[in-house]
Amino acid sequence: MKHVLEGSHAVSEAVRLAKVQVLSAYPITPQTHIVEALSEYCSDGTMNARFLCVESEHSAMAAVIGASSAGVRTFTATSSQGLALMHELLHWTSAARLPIVMAEVNRALAPGWNIWMDQTDSLAQRDTGWIQLYCEDGQEVFDTTLQAYRLAETVNLPVMVVLDAFFLSHTFEPVDIPGQELVDRFLPPFSPRIALDTSDPFAMGQMAPPNVYMEMRHDIQKAMEQVSDIFAKIEEEFTEIFGRTYGMVEKVFCNDAQVIMVVTGTAASTCRKVISDLRSQGEKVGMLKLKMFRPFPTDLIREHLGHVQKIAVVDRNFSFGASGIFAQEIRAALCNTHNHPPVFGYIAGLGGRDVTPEILSEIYWKTKNSTAPKDESVWVGLLD
Amino acid sequence: MHEIRFHGRGGQGTVVASILLAKAFFKTGYYVQTFPLFGVERRGAPVESYLRLDKEKILIRSNIYTPDHIVVQDMKLIHSVDVTKGLKPGGSILINSRNLPDNIEPFSGFRLAFVDADHIATSNGLGTRTHPIINTAMIGAFARVLEMPPLDMIAAAIKNDINIKAKQNVSAAHQAHEEVNLYGMVENSIAPEHC
Repeated sequence: MKHVLEGSHAVSEAVRLAKVQVLSAYPITPQTHIVEALSEYCSDGTMNARFLCVESEHSAMAAVIGASSAGVRTFTATSSQGLALMHELLHWTSAARLPIVMAEVNRALAPGWNIWMDQTDSLAQRDTGWIQLYCEDGQEVFDTTLQAYRLAETVNLPVMVVLDAFFLSHTFEPVDIPGQELVDRFLPPFSPRIALDTSDPFAMGQMAPPNVYMEMRHDIQKAMEQVSDIFAKIEEEFTEIFGRTYGMVEKVFCNDAQVIMVVTGTAASTCRKVISDLRSQGEKVGMLKLKMFRPFPTDLIREHLGHVQKIAVVDRNFSFGASGIFAQEIRAALCNTHNHPPVFGYIAGLGGRDVTPEILSEIYWKTKNSTAPKDESVWVGLLD
Repeated sequence: MHEIRFHGRGGQGTVVASILLAKAFFKTGYYVQTFPLFGVERRGAPVESYLRLDKEKILIRSNIYTPDHIVVQDMKLIHSVDVTKGLKPGGSILINSRNLPDNIEPFSGFRLAFVDADHIATSNGLGTRTHPIINTAMIGAFARVLEMPPLDMIAAAIKNDINIKAKQNVSAAHQAHEEVNLYGMVENSIAPEHC
């Protein structure tokens, strides 16, 4: 049944229906309403789960690492500074092969203090071994959270479900929340491959000298390489039950497009409207929505973008001294292919600056009217 | 698509008003999207909330800059906030005020309505004279300005979301719907210049 729900609470509802057993969070800014609703569910008995309210995000991740090691389904949520503080343990989670699911609300890093939308926080964690899935609206973030548990528990890697601050986290819209029975059909209880057990003690996370460490890292990559096939199968099952599908990437009007805009998060929603308006003016424009960032869907990028005339990447993030992070990754995916198109990088909407339809169409026209990129990044919407 | 902006103060239930209205419209078959002004909320400080309504799925996810309708929950805000900023020509503005504002010139070119929501709230036992809880009265009045949604949908949304004094809130919405003064289009009072 559809309810008018805040994006944050769409995540909370998915976590409730996933029957998560241990949750931990630091409840102060930049935390969001996600864990507020969940702590209520834990205290009023709606969820049969333990909520560990801790003194920092570092401790929140440590707590779910402990719980996940003991073989229970876990959840935490954070943003910006909180995610940065977790960094050490993000590496730990993936290397310990723990299927933890975390909601990460994209918020800008300080200073200047800013709690608004910006993707640099999650993208700065790209090398930590977490799967990253970027969501466009309340329904997608609900669905993706459920899918994240199936995926994490199949490949034994942690999953970060990423949503835009405010434009998604604080926006109310109709979201279909299915009944428990339907969710149970899609998501069975977690059955861990290994779990700490006091009646049969053993040690985890031991010293790994040079004779084993490299193989352990190679195993993580092998698991990452399986994600694409496994995610496709999980989505197929999801579609069968719930009737909705998203894909690791989604192409919109791409088949005869001369310019394809690569967009993520809520900007993808706005961009659907922009390109459909441009199409009605006769412009041959398409959009590729990038949902999965880790593992990076290199094959799909080559397939859908390899033969277009121009690519325009919209980055709501920046790597200082380099360029927008999605643009870097797309350039890297294409560089070993023959005759690949030029990649135009655009920086927009940092720190909560709005990405309006006007900004997106400006990006299209700039790309259409340039023969080759002059700079690695063009900043749009800067004030004088 | 209809785009609506609510002005109020922190603690006046401005965001709640837009959510209740969104839920009422959703029940009548509209797609809805509502969000607060993205920022830091403080009691007493000016706040804004936004609502989009459409018969089709709402794709646009950026702020609202040129609303079709404005709701002002606190009359005094018009001295400190440019409440008609971006309002489309011919757009409507509903103000919480006992009387027609002394100076209606700032509303030239817009359809003006006003309602004594403070009085309606307190007479229904909602809040106190200094802190009346006026948001449900305002959405009742707004439903009259817009001629939708039906009041029973607003009543259902209130009953579903508000645990305290739901009946009084529904009654306030009904009363405001009845009592709102639809002044209508404010003509441009400045004489046109002759060449």
